[in-house]
Amino acid sequence: MRGERAVTAALIASVLASIGLLVVYVFVGGNAQAEGLLLGLALGGMGVAIVIWAVALIDAPVETEARHPMPSPGETRRSARDALDADRIGRRTFLVRLLAGAAGFLGAALLLPAFSLGPAPGNALFQTPWRRGVRVVDETGKPIRPGDVAVDTVRTVFPAGHVGSADGQTLLIRVPPELLTLPDGRGGWAPSGCVAYSKICTHAGCPVGLYRARDHSLLCPCHQSTFDVLRGAVPTFGPAARPLPQLPMEVAPDGYLVATGDFPEPVGPSFWNVTHREGKAGSTPSALPSVRGGEPGPS
Amino acid sequence: MLGWIDDRLGAASWARTGLRKIFPDHWSFLLGEVALFCLVVLVLTGVFLTLFYVPDATAITYNGSFAPLQGQQVSAAFDSVMRLSFEVKAGLVMRQIHHWAALVFVAAIVVHLLRIFFTGAFRRPREINWLIGIGLLLLALAMGLTGYSLPDDLLSGTGLRIVYSVVLSIPFIGPYLAFLVFGGEFPTAQIISRLFVFHVMLLPALLLGGVGIHLAVLWIQKHSQYPGPGRTEHNVVGKPFWPSQVLKSTGLMILTAAVLSLMGGLIQINPVWTYGPFIPTTVSAPAQPDWYVGWLDGALRLFPPIEVTLLGITIPSPFIPGVLLPGIAFTVMTLWPFIEARLMHEGTREHNLLDRPRDNPLRTGIGVAALLVFVMLTLAAGNDVVALVFNVPVETMTNMMRIAVFVVPAVGFGVAWRICEELRRGELHPLGRDPGVMLRRTPEGGFEEVEPPD
Repeated sequence: MRGERAVTAALIASVLASIGLLVVYVFVGGNAQAEGLLLGLALGGMGVAIVIWAVALIDAPVETEARHPMPSPGETRRSARDALDADRIGRRTFLVRLLAGAAGFLGAALLLPAFSLGPAPGNALFQTPWRRGVRVVDETGKPIRPGDVAVDTVRTVFPAGHVGSADGQTLLIRVPPELLTLPDGRGGWAPSGCVAYSKICTHAGCPVGLYRARDHSLLCPCHQSTFDVLRGAVPTFGPAARPLPQLPMEVAPDGYLVATGDFPEPVGPSFWNVTHREGKAGSTPSALPSVRGGEPGPS
Repeated sequence: MLGWIDDRLGAASWARTGLRKIFPDHWSFLLGEVALFCLVVLVLTGVFLTLFYVPDATAITYNGSFAPLQGQQVSAAFDSVMRLSFEVKAGLVMRQIHHWAALVFVAAIVVHLLRIFFTGAFRRPREINWLIGIGLLLLALAMGLTGYSLPDDLLSGTGLRIVYSVVLSIPFIGPYLAFLVFGGEFPTAQIISRLFVFHVMLLPALLLGGVGIHLAVLWIQKHSQYPGPGRTEHNVVGKPFWPSQVLKSTGLMILTAAVLSLMGGLIQINPVWTYGPFIPTTVSAPAQPDWYVGWLDGALRLFPPIEVTLLGITIPSPFIPGVLLPGIAFTVMTLWPFIEARLMHEGTREHNLLDRPRDNPLRTGIGVAALLVFVMLTLAAGNDVVALVFNVPVETMTNMMRIAVFVVPAVGFGVAWRICEELRRGELHPLGRDPGVMLRRTPEGGFEEVEPPD
C-alpha cells in the first residue's frame, strides 16, 4: 500500500536525521546550520509520517453532531440566579458598603509597594552633569581646544568627570563662524565656530548620530529627524518638534573649551511639563551665556 | 489503564464524548493551531535559554571566543548571550529557533485573527473568545518586546529607549510611569532584570492560562463551520477528535517545529555580535524593530513635528502615534464584535455558520483598509532602507508614505467592496476559473446554452 510505504520512508528518514544530529552534536558541536537542518529533518520525517497516517491510513467518515443551544433552559437559569441571590449574605446595607470601602482602602494600601520600583522624577529630567566652568572632554577624557576640531567635523563630547554620561552626551561641531545664525542671546555660545548640541534626539531619545556636512545638518537614524546646525539645531525634517538644546560654551584662559552652564532646556524627548522653567530650580541663572569670558575653569 | 483512571475519576463518560467530539475540517482552522504549536516550541527552547541567560546589567570585560569584541566592556547579560551563541553546544541554534518561533508565533496569531475577522467567527456566541484572543495577542506582543530586549545589544537598547520616550510622553503620568517602569531616568541597570521577570514568569503564566481558557471556550462552544451541503446553524459536520483530528494536529505540531528548526538553523536572526553591546551614546543605522512593532515605529516616523503646549501642558510628538494610535486601534479591535452587532442589528442571533468575506462587504472593506494602514505604517518603518534601495532621498520617501497611509487604505476599501459585490453577483470563487458557458449544437445547426452540472 502506497500510504504505508510513504509512512515507512518518512520514519526511516527521521531516524537517520536523528542519528545524524547525535553525531554532529557529539563529534562536531556548535554547528548551528547542521544542527538546525538535521533537527528539522528528524522532526519533519516524523510530522510527515503522522500526517500521512492520519490522512491515508485512517478511514474516518464525515459525521454530523447536533449543536445544543448555549443558553441554559429558563428553569436552570432561574435556580442559578436564586442560588446567587444577594440576600444570602444578608440585607446589611451599611456593612456591605463598609466592606466595599474597606476593600478599596486595602487595595490602595497593597498598591503602595509598587512605588518602590522607581524614584519620583523630581528634577532629573531637567538636569544634566553640565555646569558652569566644566571642561568639554572627548570619550577618552581629554580636554578639547577649538583648534583640535577640524571644520565640518563632529565629535561626541562629555562633561569632564562624566565620560559616557547618557544625558550629558553632546555633539561638538565646528563650522565656519560666519555661517552661524544662532538665535538671539547666544552670540558668545560658539567660540571659533564650535557649536555644541545635546546628542539626544528631542523626539524619541536616540543619539543623533549622523552629520551631513553638505547642509550642516544633524540626522537621527531612528526616525530621520533632521536639525540645522547653523540655526540653533531647529528641526527641519522628521517628527522632532523641539530644537536640540545648545550647550553654552566659552574658551577658558588655558585655551580649552568649557561650558558656561547646563543646557537651557531639558535634553531628550519631551514630556508634559517640559516647558516648566520652575522644574529647573536654581540652575537657570548659570545657563545664561557668559559674555565676559576669561573666568578660570576648574583645573 | 483507562480502568484505573475511571475507578478514581469516573473519566470514561467524558472521555467517550470528548474523543467522539466532531471537528469541522478546513485549512484555515489550522492557523490558530500553528500559533499554539509555536508557543510549545517557544516554551521548550525558552526553558533551555533561561538556563544560560544572566539577567544582569553589570559591566564586565568580554573575553569569549568572538575576537572582534574581546576586551570590550559589555553587560553580564550581553556576555551570557554571546557565550550561549558561541560557546554552548547547540546554543545558537536554540536561540535562533526561539527568535524565529517568536516571529512566526505573532504572525500566526495575526493571520488567525484575520481569518476570524473576515469570516465573522467572532459573532455571538463567540465574542468571549474574541476578547480572550485580543488579550492573548497583547500578551504575545509584550512577550516579544520584553524578550527582544534581553540580550542588551545596541539594536534592542535603541528600541528600549524609544519605548521609554513613548512612555515618557503620556501627559501628567508619563515621567512618573517611565521612572517606575525603568527604575529611573533611561538608561538604568534595573530594566534588564525587570524585563526578565516579566518575560520568563509573569507573562508566560498569563499567556498559558489564557490559551487554556481560549481552548476550553472553543471546546464548549464547538467549532464554527463554513456553509455547505448538510451544514446548518444547529449542527457540526466533520471528523471525530480521535483519531483523525488528534493525529493531524500532532503531525502539524511536529511539522511546525520542523520548519522552525530549519529556519533557526539556516537563516541567521538577531546576530547581536554584529550590533555590539548597548552603549547609550551610540546607535546603529539603519535600525528596524521586529516586524510586529514596525507599524508603531512607522507611525512615529511619519507623524508631523507637532508638539502643542497649552496652558503649560505639552503634548509630546510621540504621544499621538506611539500611545493614542495603538490605544484606539486595540480598543476598536476589542469592541468590534459589539460594534458590528449594533451596525447589523444582530439582536440575539447566534452564528455558527461562517461568512465568506464577500458576504459582508462593509466588514471586509474595513478589514482590508485596516490591514493596509498596518502595511503602509510597517513600510514606513523601513523608509530609510527603501530610500537607500531605490536611491531616493529619505525625505521624499517619508512624504510619499505620509500620503500613502491615507490613500492606499481608502482605495483598498473601495476595491475590496467592489470585489465582494462582483463575487456575490457572479457566485464565483476568487481562485477558481471562470466556468464559462457550455454550448451544444442543435441538429438544426444552431447553438444553445447548457446548464452547467453543479
